[in-house]
Amino acid sequence: MTLILGALIFWVSAWILNSRLADSALAETRFVKLLVPLIFGFTIIGVWELLVRGLSVPLVILPPPSLVIETASQNLEILWKDLVQTFFKGAFRGYIIGCMSAIFIGILLERFEFLRLGLMPVASFMAALPIVGTAPILVMWFGFDWQSKAAVVVVMVFFPMLINTVAGLRESSQIQNDLMRTYAASNWQAFIKLRLPAAMPFIFNGLKISTTLALIGAIVAEFFGSPTVGMGFRISTSVGQLALDMVWAEIVVAAVVGSLFYGFMVIIEKGVTFWHPSQRG
Amino acid sequence: MRSLASICVVIFALIVVWYLSAFVLNTPWAMDKAKRAGIEISSKELVLDTWSQEKPKLPAPHQVGVEIWKTTVEKKITSKRSLIFHSWITLSSTLVGFLIGTSLGILLAIGIVHNNAMNMSVMPWAIASQTIPILAIAPMIIVVLNSIGVQGLLPKAIISSYLCFFPVVVGMVKGLRSPDRIDTDLLHTYNATNVQKFWKLRLPTSMPFLFASLKVGISASLVGAIVGELPTGAVRGLGARLLAGSYYGQTIQIWSALIMAAMLAAVLVGILALLQRFTLNRMGMT
Repeated sequence: MTLILGALIFWVSAWILNSRLADSALAETRFVKLLVPLIFGFTIIGVWELLVRGLSVPLVILPPPSLVIETASQNLEILWKDLVQTFFKGAFRGYIIGCMSAIFIGILLERFEFLRLGLMPVASFMAALPIVGTAPILVMWFGFDWQSKAAVVVVMVFFPMLINTVAGLRESSQIQNDLMRTYAASNWQAFIKLRLPAAMPFIFNGLKISTTLALIGAIVAEFFGSPTVGMGFRISTSVGQLALDMVWAEIVVAAVVGSLFYGFMVIIEKGVTFWHPSQRG
Repeated sequence: MRSLASICVVIFALIVVWYLSAFVLNTPWAMDKAKRAGIEISSKELVLDTWSQEKPKLPAPHQVGVEIWKTTVEKKITSKRSLIFHSWITLSSTLVGFLIGTSLGILLAIGIVHNNAMNMSVMPWAIASQTIPILAIAPMIIVVLNSIGVQGLLPKAIISSYLCFFPVVVGMVKGLRSPDRIDTDLLHTYNATNVQKFWKLRLPTSMPFLFASLKVGISASLVGAIVGELPTGAVRGLGARLLAGSYYGQTIQIWSALIMAAMLAAVLVGILALLQRFTLNRMGMT
């Protein structure tokens, strides 16, 4: 009972602190902007911990965060192996192949107007479809190992990437193209110096969306069959054994890796598209 | 007109490629079968065989078409082998989840727009959560809810709502903040309350953003419902058809479920697009 009361008091006091901070004169500073969400995050974890212990929720429904951390630290080796299998072997390779081929085909489509007119509606239709559904087929074709996961990822990231690339390559305005002509730039030069750089914000937008899709694709594909290692495999088997602390540990790893992957793309984007208004702050 | 012609050409080309790949992928099996039977098959027979196997690596389009026809039109809707029955199972949890997820998302967005503390503490997490593979927790939600006695439609709907929740929050916050400074100032001079400002300015201006995020949300919901059907052991629904098909190597069944899911997604997004066009037209925003 005291724990429940403690959770309530903890929540209320953290919330009061946060509203004070948000309304104070310091709210615009960088430090407070970072501090407020952090306090909120810690509040949720703290309340979760206290409530689970206070209400003595069974482990098979919701394990307390402290137990999740403990399980994770005891099973670092397993978690690392799963990460290598699912992320580095499956998701990352598929991501590279899928994005590269989509950018390449997007550039080709830019050269052939007729193909672009026909393919783009089909591509945007495909992008709205539940493409994870192809996972069982691809697992059948490419076997249980990482190849099939990479294949699912390729299919999943391809269409969003293609749409963004083509939209980006059409971004340069008529006046800019005319300027290139007055410089007597060859088609190749105009492409390298004008159209490709102008497409970069769109391409990076696609690359950022695709990071999440890649992880989802690799994990869900493992639900349809995998070797005895991998995040999706571990999640589905641990759920079967009601070892929810392990499931949560895998989810934490997935969340951290997903955010890091995304953040990595944001950093590269900042370097490449430093000239774009959205990056100039 | 030209674009219509080129779309037709591209779709025709895709179907040709599909038939060709079916031929290439299914040839080894056909050759093997002929060898074991000890007969020579002519190339014409080979081609026909690759397009009519029972468990092909890649079924030909007409096989999938026949399967869909058989399982939709010729079966009774209540039959467990009817694809319409399974689609309805998936569709119902998609729609329930979509409804829950979007309404909660819109409510949270309203809170974020009106409360500074909420904005500063929740918004970064809402954005960060889009980089996380949320779908990974689907099996856990199903099993946990199952263990406390919640079964059937609701667990899948929760996964669906969870998936469409965050895109709606992010989109709606953007939308509710989209009125120009000059318009909010005008309402201020009218001495409008926050509630009046919301109904007369913020909500109407957020409509384009709302529809954009609804379209993202509905396809996310469908994916959630399909994936939510996987861990329950392949009982009912399109996801269950996919899983059962992959257990028993019934490729035609997988493909027909897949095409059905695609049509479902297309219809749902199409309905939203029509609604969007109608609403924005009536509001004079197009």
